[in-house]
Amino acid sequence: MNYLEINHVSKSYETKKVLNDISIKVPRQSIYGLLGPNGAGKTTLIRILNQITMPDSGEILLDGKPLSPNDIANIGYLPEERGLYKKMKVGEQAIYLAQLKGMDRREADKRLRHWFMKFGIASWWDKKVEELSKGMQQKVQFIVTVIHEPKLLIFDEPFSGFDPINVNLLKNEILELREKGATILFSTHNMASVEELCDNIMLINKGQKILEGSVYDIKQQFKNHSYDVVYKPFDGSGEQHLTVNSTNPNELIREIIDKGELVSFNEILPSINDIFINLVSSSNKS
Amino acid sequence: MKIGIIIQREYLTRVKKRSFIIITFLTPLFFAALMFLPALLMQNSEKFDEKRTFAVCDESTIFINRFENTDFNTFIYIDNDIDDAKNLVREGVYDGVLYIPGTMLNLPTNAEIYSKKQIPMSVTTHIKSTMKQVLEHQKLLASGIDPDIVKASATTINLQTIRMSEDEGNDKKSYGELEFLLGMFLCVIIYFVILLFGQQVMRGVIEEKSNRIIEVIVSSVKPFELMMGKIIGIALVGLTQFLLWAVLTIGISTVASTFLPTQDVFSTGTVMNEQIADVQANTMNNDSLQKVFEVVNSINFHDILWCFLLYFIGGYFLYSAMFAAIGAAVDNDTDTQQLVMPITLLLIIPMICSGLIANAPDSSLSIWMSMIPFTSPAAMMLRIPYGVPIWQIAVSVALLYITFIVFTWLASKVYRTGILMYGKKVSWKEIFKWIKY
Repeated sequence: MNYLEINHVSKSYETKKVLNDISIKVPRQSIYGLLGPNGAGKTTLIRILNQITMPDSGEILLDGKPLSPNDIANIGYLPEERGLYKKMKVGEQAIYLAQLKGMDRREADKRLRHWFMKFGIASWWDKKVEELSKGMQQKVQFIVTVIHEPKLLIFDEPFSGFDPINVNLLKNEILELREKGATILFSTHNMASVEELCDNIMLINKGQKILEGSVYDIKQQFKNHSYDVVYKPFDGSGEQHLTVNSTNPNELIREIIDKGELVSFNEILPSINDIFINLVSSSNKS
Repeated sequence: MKIGIIIQREYLTRVKKRSFIIITFLTPLFFAALMFLPALLMQNSEKFDEKRTFAVCDESTIFINRFENTDFNTFIYIDNDIDDAKNLVREGVYDGVLYIPGTMLNLPTNAEIYSKKQIPMSVTTHIKSTMKQVLEHQKLLASGIDPDIVKASATTINLQTIRMSEDEGNDKKSYGELEFLLGMFLCVIIYFVILLFGQQVMRGVIEEKSNRIIEVIVSSVKPFELMMGKIIGIALVGLTQFLLWAVLTIGISTVASTFLPTQDVFSTGTVMNEQIADVQANTMNNDSLQKVFEVVNSINFHDILWCFLLYFIGGYFLYSAMFAAIGAAVDNDTDTQQLVMPITLLLIIPMICSGLIANAPDSSLSIWMSMIPFTSPAAMMLRIPYGVPIWQIAVSVALLYITFIVFTWLASKVYRTGILMYGKKVSWKEIFKWIKY
């Protein structure tokens, strides 16, 4: 069952086509990666989902129903360009933003204090935002994004500005949110985190969808049948590494067994990073 | 209601600011000080003055024993010649010497004062007026005219202007000068508050854009709600400030006037006039006080206050919508200059014409100015003290409010596009294009 469905969405600014007939299906409780180079149209698509901009054509279904203004409360959005009021106190500001998402003041206060404890930042409550470091502000912003327990979470470059320890903390939180039932749309240039977190991805370039599918399927689709082979030759010399292309791995192993003792035999799957670079540069050429 | 939450934040963050509290409480104190301090100082001037002794070296002999000693100034007539007298001043026997050279034919109209320290203006004024009186007296006598007759012939003219109304008995006395001043004052005030609070809206929008919170907020509320919430919140800040100013001004002036009876304030106020035309001063004193009360009573402050609020709100909404659009179009404060210019120019036009309007409040220029929505708030303030026909106010207010609704709508379109646009140098042409999106 898909929680979010985007059907044939297009959007142009003046004569420039920013999104051209984009359709995606995001299964419930999955993490969906939205990939693409700068200016591919990711932010426009995300803004359309947040009803900040309207699509020229196409429809968006959330939980099977067309997107409506009331859905604001069902969506949590962490934009790439994000910030907070510098002169406002952290706690006060978090409550304000939660209220704008339709939460009751008292409920927001209670939940926020819980989250602040969890992230170990309870002592920042009465500090002004300008007193916090960039990374600290990002933590507050993450909490504000998830505070109203939205069913759809949209993260645009969520890890920028975090140190590795906090990136890890955040990854675990995102996985936990999925466990609790959230569906997550995730846009990033950090391919390592895509492989680690995403169930499905879509690759978009110049407003066109050029690839969609599960991470596993895509890797299978783009594998070029190369294998990393390590063996110890019978003549007693050291371990040998070989990278071999072959459509017939059994044949390959047979050959190696004759030469020496097989230590390891792994298929080399292309990284999402390589697929991304290959596809984008070839689609730019055409 | 989300707009309520936004209004609340915009209002509270500004009202709680230290600068708001300081400005709100210091401004009336400053004005009160400006009104009462000079009077207070004048009244207690003896505390700041010191006693002086002047030698009078009068070669013409006309002025001997004519200079009256005052509490601080003593005049001693000496026979020494001027060089001796100057030496005495140098030695510190006298604070100064007044030298009136003798003349052959004419009356002596020239005099000199030598002193080591600067002679206060009150002393020179006193000397000049005494000499003038003495000489005029002499001249009259020489022409064979009794000075008492001249004194008795001095006349003050009172010209009362009365504007007739349709029904008899409702005629209003008008006092040109006071209405002129009041109109000017209101015009300047409304110009400043519209500009001040309008630019606060603009800075608020720029702040949200430059600290990048804007995208978080517009994913929760409509850009129009955010813009209107800000505009209304700041309007409430302005109204709060006016209210506090009114209360504080009344409070301070009540307190001040108990310490300082009003009578004294006005009579010390005339000290200035005294130096220019001291003869009339004393006789004018009570009349002018009475006149001031009469004038103040003749003005309908109640109506003026309502008009002021009506035009402040209309003008503020109109201009702040434009300022919000500009704030959304730029990335930082420095880029606003060229875009703000045409808008302030619109506001300045009635200021430039203020003299013409206040001078002839019912001329066609004045009426047109007070009808066109961009100039009407300031222009109408100039006309209001003279009394404006109710239909003119109704038409002008209606035009102003219709325009502000249209402009808020247009501004919200520019705003919606502008807030998410970064790193673009924006021109007016570009802004007009956004309206069409």
